[in-house]
Amino acid sequence: MKRKIAVAAAAAAVVAVAFGITVRADEFTKKDQERWEKEYQSVVQKGRQLFTSGALGTNGVACAQCHPNGANTHPETYPKFQKQLGRVIALREMINWCLQQPLEGKPLALDAPDMIALESYILHERRGVKLEPGKH
Amino acid sequence: MNPIVPSRRDFLKGAAAAAAAGVVPMSVVKLAFADPALDFTFGYISDAHIQHISGTKFVRNWDRGLIRAVAETNLLNPKPDFVVFGGDLGQLGMKEELDHGAEIMSKLRHKTYYVMGEHDYYLDLGEYWSKLFGPQWHSFDHKGVHFIVLNSILTFDDWTFNRWPSAEQRMLEMAGLDNPNGSPFMVGEKQRAWLKADLDKVAKTTPVVVFSHSPLQKLYKGWNFWTDDADEVQALLRPFDKVNVIYGHVHQIQYNQVGNIAFNAVMATAWPWPYPQTYAHAEHAMPVLTVPMNRADPFHERDATGWQFIDVHTGRVALNYNLYNNTARTVAFNPASGRPEDKLFQDPAKRIPPQEHY
Repeated sequence: MKRKIAVAAAAAAVVAVAFGITVRADEFTKKDQERWEKEYQSVVQKGRQLFTSGALGTNGVACAQCHPNGANTHPETYPKFQKQLGRVIALREMINWCLQQPLEGKPLALDAPDMIALESYILHERRGVKLEPGKH
Repeated sequence: MNPIVPSRRDFLKGAAAAAAAGVVPMSVVKLAFADPALDFTFGYISDAHIQHISGTKFVRNWDRGLIRAVAETNLLNPKPDFVVFGGDLGQLGMKEELDHGAEIMSKLRHKTYYVMGEHDYYLDLGEYWSKLFGPQWHSFDHKGVHFIVLNSILTFDDWTFNRWPSAEQRMLEMAGLDNPNGSPFMVGEKQRAWLKADLDKVAKTTPVVVFSHSPLQKLYKGWNFWTDDADEVQALLRPFDKVNVIYGHVHQIQYNQVGNIAFNAVMATAWPWPYPQTYAHAEHAMPVLTVPMNRADPFHERDATGWQFIDVHTGRVALNYNLYNNTARTVAFNPASGRPEDKLFQDPAKRIPPQEHY
């Protein structure tokens, strides 16, 4: 397998030199962008599904019950001093706080795919809003 | 000019009871030109969203909100003439939820009128609710005021009867506030015909108070802060000198004046909702007079929830918001300006940072 890739790469290099093309690492096409957007949107969709689902905690309460369209989550203000906790925290810590309190559930690992999905959805609903970290 | 005479009275029975409830007794401003014999108050509790988990388990947080409202309403002094429940007693219209909610409400020591909310309705189209609480729309007279209870959360027949494979799914689709599969609320032709006939019998000088679950005005369609035939309903109310509409659903302080109609929203006992303008991607019409409630502090479980008692004098209402974790607020009709105003915060210079929503 590795050998095949090496041969293909060498062949591509020969073609590039022959045609005077230099391949740069950061080159990408419209098609690439479309694919990445699709990947991102699928995670946003999964986040929306989790956000509106009663299955995330233990009592059937969904995030969207208090936060329609993710409103009143203020993702653009994190990290910020959360006065009730007495320290500067990230949005994901506040998501975990909500999972544990109103949803009476367990916190997610900060890099868990579900956590990334929730964060993606919340930020997507606030897209275009000015970043204001630290704002209360 | 009618003088405004402050008349202090504790609204909770005794300081000890007030201290036990964790609430400071508050004073109410009463308008001196009202005929004192016609003054009365009523309590207003709304949007409890009692939510069944399984078996005998219910979401504790929402239970506590309603239990507290009932306990505090029972302490009101002077006693209210009656209590109104403003709709959304249950979360998904289940018998378990309506029964559990009715059980909590049964501790109230006052005559109670119930308004239908969409969370009560869309599972069995109000059948069980009607068994417990009676007709979905009706009117009654009390001390010279004509009261009307409406079911304002109906919608298109096609959506209600043809769209969904099961009653459970229909309920879930309507329960999601921001769900694009939902449908706009309306009073509907049949009920408007009833309303017209009912109002035809009432003198135009009689004060009218309407209870609806959704606002009888068009504020923000995306979250159904909206009644589709609001204009037609308002037209029926327009010939009367004094009309007051009190609505739930929005889980926030709102007030507004449209012609002769004063609009006032009540708080939920369950949880608060953001103001529509905080959603970055939608147009809305925020009631212009409203000084917002404080931004909710989720670390205080009951913050930005509460209940209210309402003074009726001179055919206009004053809403006294009893906010569990915040200073109480009063929004009263000001005869000088001809609109409802917050007693403390109406002047922009008096507003405080927690009232900024974004």
